[in-house]
Amino acid sequence: MPIIKTSIAMKKGAAGDVFELICDDPAFEPDIKAWCNETGNVLTSIARSGKDIIVTVTKK
Amino acid sequence: MEQIDLANRVKELEDRLSRLEAKGSQMTLLLLSGDFDKVMATFIVASGALAMGKKVTMFVTFWGLDAIKKPRFSTAGRNMLERMVLWMRPKGPMKLGTSKMNFAGIGPRLFRYMMGRKNVVPLPTLIAMSQEMGLKIIACQMSMDVMGIRKEDLLDGVEVGGVAAFLNESFSSNTSLFI
Repeated sequence: MPIIKTSIAMKKGAAGDVFELICDDPAFEPDIKAWCNETGNVLTSIARSGKDIIVTVTKK
Repeated sequence: MEQIDLANRVKELEDRLSRLEAKGSQMTLLLLSGDFDKVMATFIVASGALAMGKKVTMFVTFWGLDAIKKPRFSTAGRNMLERMVLWMRPKGPMKLGTSKMNFAGIGPRLFRYMMGRKNVVPLPTLIAMSQEMGLKIIACQMSMDVMGIRKEDLLDGVEVGGVAAFLNESFSSNTSLFI
């Protein structure tokens, strides 16, 4: 589900835009890596804050 | 002469490459099961692939058709056997039983409750979202015919086709799953 929400959210905006995504799903880290790998978007940072995983992705 | 050959060769290779690239961007699913858990997994995979920018075609046959029925429809104009089968089978994603721990229909309620608590999207929403993201659903003409199911009994946006329609998509995709 987070991946679907990510893909819908990232349809907006232009190439080069940076999106900050905050998610509490433990599977989000491997999922977002795989998603970026497949779609060509660039994962720029991963951080954790308690249960949350905070990532920034640069749109291709 | 040699230059023309080279240009032709490059063009041929480009064509082949574009065909290969198209192959990697498509997935086909064959849903035979009408079990809640298997249908759920199928639509999770489909929506994930759609989110990854793939084209996804789902061929739905036999029990799988239960999952894409409308919650209510009239069985007018069907013969007695068809009516009996339609009456005995669940209508739509909210009526499906689980493959394990069904407990005469209590199981699915329990799982729906537990999934709701963990913020998992309900199956009907997941199906609608997948369709919105571009999922192409092909219902099997032959199964529909056998069980007296009509196109208007199925969810809006569902196409009807035969095995060739599915295979055509399947041959040009690099992932095919049978559920």
